[in-house]
Amino acid sequence: MKRDASHHSVMSRKNEILKNSSGVDYEQFEISPIAFDYEGLMSSGGYSLAEVQKIQMKTGVGNTPLVELKNITQLVRSISPPGKGGRIFVKDEKACPSGSFKDRRASLSVHHAARLGFKGVVAATSGNYGAAVASQASKYGLKAIILQEVYDSRKVGQPEILEKTRACEAYGAEVWQLTVGPELFYIMLLILEETGFFTASLYIPTGVMGIETLGYELAQQIKEQEGKFPDMVVIAHAGGGNVTGTARGLQKAGSNRTTVVGASVDLRGLHMASDHDFNRKSFTTAHSGFGIPFLTLPDRTDVPRNAARALRYLDRYVLVSQGEVFYATELLAKLEGLERGPAGNTSLAAAIPLAKELDRDQILVVQETEYTAAGKLPSSQLTFAEENGIEVRKGDPKENVPGKVIVIPERAQQMRIEEVDLNRIRQSYVKNVLEATKGYRPTENDIRFLAEDSKSSAELIRKTLQDLSIEVST
Amino acid sequence: MKRTRQEKHINSARKGDLVQIHKVILTPEQRLADLPAPTKAVPYEAWIKGLLLDNEAKIGDTVRIETFIGRELSGTLVEINPAYSHNFGKPRPELLTIVKELERYSEGK
Repeated sequence: MKRDASHHSVMSRKNEILKNSSGVDYEQFEISPIAFDYEGLMSSGGYSLAEVQKIQMKTGVGNTPLVELKNITQLVRSISPPGKGGRIFVKDEKACPSGSFKDRRASLSVHHAARLGFKGVVAATSGNYGAAVASQASKYGLKAIILQEVYDSRKVGQPEILEKTRACEAYGAEVWQLTVGPELFYIMLLILEETGFFTASLYIPTGVMGIETLGYELAQQIKEQEGKFPDMVVIAHAGGGNVTGTARGLQKAGSNRTTVVGASVDLRGLHMASDHDFNRKSFTTAHSGFGIPFLTLPDRTDVPRNAARALRYLDRYVLVSQGEVFYATELLAKLEGLERGPAGNTSLAAAIPLAKELDRDQILVVQETEYTAAGKLPSSQLTFAEENGIEVRKGDPKENVPGKVIVIPERAQQMRIEEVDLNRIRQSYVKNVLEATKGYRPTENDIRFLAEDSKSSAELIRKTLQDLSIEVST
Repeated sequence: MKRTRQEKHINSARKGDLVQIHKVILTPEQRLADLPAPTKAVPYEAWIKGLLLDNEAKIGDTVRIETFIGRELSGTLVEINPAYSHNFGKPRPELLTIVKELERYSEGK
């Protein structure tokens, strides 16, 4: 029987479609309109870290090299106060089969889909995750459909995403190249319903658990080489999976005193759903346009409860500018002999100013790199930016204006980070959760959940509720 | 003058050729209400590639294709033998001198 394919009708069947396509019954983890059993959800797939490692090993995912960036460290020391300039290491995730850490996520989700008997997988992504899902699907003999937001209404496509279309098709996937808009979710639901495929969403438990091995591995590698755990790990942040998975992996390795820093490219002021703004950015992921909303309202995503909850794990959150990431990409190639894609160097750009804060014997790990290709290069991104009316020049990155000016630093000393106030983020998170559950009066249990879910305290949550004039049920 | 098969390809495709189809998924009126104005003003569109299932077709025809995973889809034929055209961009003067400037800095210290 053919069901009504209209937008309204498909959206009304959302929960049923997601339940059938994810193999997860989200309802069983709900505790109240606010709280849910997060750890219960995470263990619903039934995989231990050791099992995840074994699954990933079978398709060549993980066990990537950890490389000390001695020349960049030396450069940082030359511009740091005396005694300062921590050692910088990078986890070369480009060595994964499809060229990024996203293989870790895809490997577990596609394995899970095959185990549950699904014939194919669907993922909505403009990033490296599409290639990762397509690559893993090939290994498991499953079909893959990748939905990409790639064109504006003139059919002008971001070079980085066009490269990912090519990569997905190279792995044999069916790719839908879509124009700008949140209706991506509708078409995803429609295709899931038509095909009966598995939703390899970035936000299902397996999609996040797959990254735990990354945090675990890097902690172990540093411990083995240097006799201690890393002092700081810098993680590119967008939807939250990278931070969540890596931080959970660090904890599982016993690296509990490591400072977890999230880093995004600053694109504040650009509207992510705007056909006009779409091609005025050089970064299609790991930017503030995803990073901030996913912290302040993690569950506004394509599954009922988001397993990627970065606010639970972040100690700090910093922003860098597009020009600084291109600069860092040049340094990595020319000083360290590692030519890698710019989007994967977001955390490296933040690491340079962050290492200046650390003592010389302290260790900072940049936890990813990504492959590079046509479209995924500073030169292709900057050429595209100029063609779309963006001014590109050298100068002080302070003069960067998202969507208007990209400033390439003149000197390494100009590299900086902008610290985002996590307490303000936590307050907006609480505000958004209460907005979404309007009419419900939170309990002490909910306060505990909100504190845990935002890595804050019951005091901060109570104060925020007071500021919002919300009474707590006793 | 006799046209080569390659030239013919520009405007017409045969069964089994790689083609790209276009679909309007939602018209501006059918789109979500709370979109930014520039997005709300345009349709929601998709492009998909696959092998042509019809015996022959011209640009603009409504055709059926078989996608790379074997699904059958239909839409308007927009391109025959579509190529990837993203590239390495042009050399960027802003990037070329970064390391040279570092050397100048350390020498000047």
